[in-house]
Amino acid sequence: MSTSDAQHSADLNAQTVSAIAHLARLSLNDTQSAEYAQSLNKILGMMESLKEINTDGVEPLKSPFDNPQPLREDVVCESNHREQYQAVAPAVEAGLYLVPRVIE
Amino acid sequence: MTDLHRLSIRELSQGLADAQFSSREITQHYLKRIEKIDAQVKSYVTVTAEQALAQADAADASIKAGTASVLTGIPVAHKDIFCTQGIKTTAGSKMLDNFISPYDATVVAQGKAAGLVTLGKLNMDEFAMGSTSENSYYGATANPWNLNHVPGGSSGGSAAAVAADLAPFATGTDTGGSIRQPASFCGLTGLKPTYGRVSRFGMIAYASSLDQGGPMARSAEDCAYLMNVMAGHDAKDSTSVEKEVDDYVANLNGTSVKGLRIGIPKQYFNVQGLDAEVKARVEESLKKLEDMGAILVEIDLTMTESYVPTYYLIAPAEASSNLQRFDGVRYGYRCENPADLMDLYKRSRSEGFGKEVQQRILIGTYALSAGYYDAYYVKAQKVRRLIQQDFLKAFESVDVIAAPSAPTTAYKIGANLSPVEMYLGDIYTIAVNLAGLPAINAPVGFDSNNLPVGLQLIGNYWSESQLLSVVHQYQ
Repeated sequence: MSTSDAQHSADLNAQTVSAIAHLARLSLNDTQSAEYAQSLNKILGMMESLKEINTDGVEPLKSPFDNPQPLREDVVCESNHREQYQAVAPAVEAGLYLVPRVIE
Repeated sequence: MTDLHRLSIRELSQGLADAQFSSREITQHYLKRIEKIDAQVKSYVTVTAEQALAQADAADASIKAGTASVLTGIPVAHKDIFCTQGIKTTAGSKMLDNFISPYDATVVAQGKAAGLVTLGKLNMDEFAMGSTSENSYYGATANPWNLNHVPGGSSGGSAAAVAADLAPFATGTDTGGSIRQPASFCGLTGLKPTYGRVSRFGMIAYASSLDQGGPMARSAEDCAYLMNVMAGHDAKDSTSVEKEVDDYVANLNGTSVKGLRIGIPKQYFNVQGLDAEVKARVEESLKKLEDMGAILVEIDLTMTESYVPTYYLIAPAEASSNLQRFDGVRYGYRCENPADLMDLYKRSRSEGFGKEVQQRILIGTYALSAGYYDAYYVKAQKVRRLIQQDFLKAFESVDVIAAPSAPTTAYKIGANLSPVEMYLGDIYTIAVNLAGLPAINAPVGFDSNNLPVGLQLIGNYWSESQLLSVVHQYQ
């Protein structure tokens, strides 16, 4: 696909990138948003070729094998690891994870 | 003994059993080599010398007591994507620079149970996203064949460590070629097993429906030994398949090359950007297999052009979901002085993730967002099924499919390819992950710059024994 095709079919600008970044909980400044917009347009331009493939009646393939999720007995099989798991947390107190105040 | 690092796994095992040397001697020998050489190669993120020597002593005791198994006392190194209890696991990211896992990945636990001695953790592209190992918070790893070139990626540390004899074999993971391409760039054998053959529990997720761990070593025989440890059902991984495991070592001569039908996809050998020398070496290797009795059959894989766009929608979509867990709250990096919770999430993630990771999160989030989900993500999943069907149809008339593992030999460090150029370099490897098939890289020679070239053989589901056997006989 040529560059002009890519520019023609993709429509991401820095503003859209900022909106996506918010959804992804990433903090980008204006320069970064503009840079990502440029490279994402090129990448998404490459994706346009998929539209030409006829997929009518094709079931999406989510995973290589369409196996059902295995089920197990509903019994306790894990012990409590809270202290071990919290040992690697940035901030904990009395068994709770600490974050900035959410409710005033 | 000065050349312990040149011994194969079988020779190490035999030597330990015959008390020609101890596990402590092998381990010390490798640790010394790492200390001497790895400053140039930079394949290790963490070397666990103390723990390795303790494991070696335990192995020696077990050998003496007659309770050892075939791999007891042999060193291994793990890609730094496998969680190791009590030892830092970084996935090549600043995000996990301070992360010490509270548990072992199943692959690591299986290695311990087999008596393997862990030398350390190996460098990689951040969260396995990349084809050069330059996308690591810990800096680029060098290719031992030429230190100005990359070892490939994302399992570049694993490839470089084995190629430089800094580990006899290593674990890797392959989401879109991350075992096969670095094996190709570093002149190694590397096996990407069938999806579900090796447990993903404790293997930090990039794209869950594509990720698969596997062995990387100097020969198919060495890979078979590690595969015997790694393969198997794991109740902790719901996509792990409950199916009997082969004895890959016992099966090394189990496949007859005579009469083996090798499919040559004509689309693969006409790809723009396929280096003439790579093409020549791969064709020579196929000629050699033909001389050994294989039958070369030209086949059609009609979906070739759709591989890159399909993969680069599905993998980032799954990554954007998997990487949500890194939020600066439960583990990993947290930004300084967050103003509020949103600021904590956003700055922790943007300061903790590198550029390529953020780029893939953005693509994935976009592809999954309202209004684009069907047009991009679901469409890619439909094309994914067509790619799988394309392979299954080909396997009706051939036993294995041959291809280069990469269109070129190793890039120069700092070549700075654009994302699209870089993604196109994955064309020969990613379809295998989309379909969930097994595939192996075998080194088949060098280009005029003395950089290794790799042949890839793709097998039908659960044909790991066959792939290892064919490459073993070729070697």
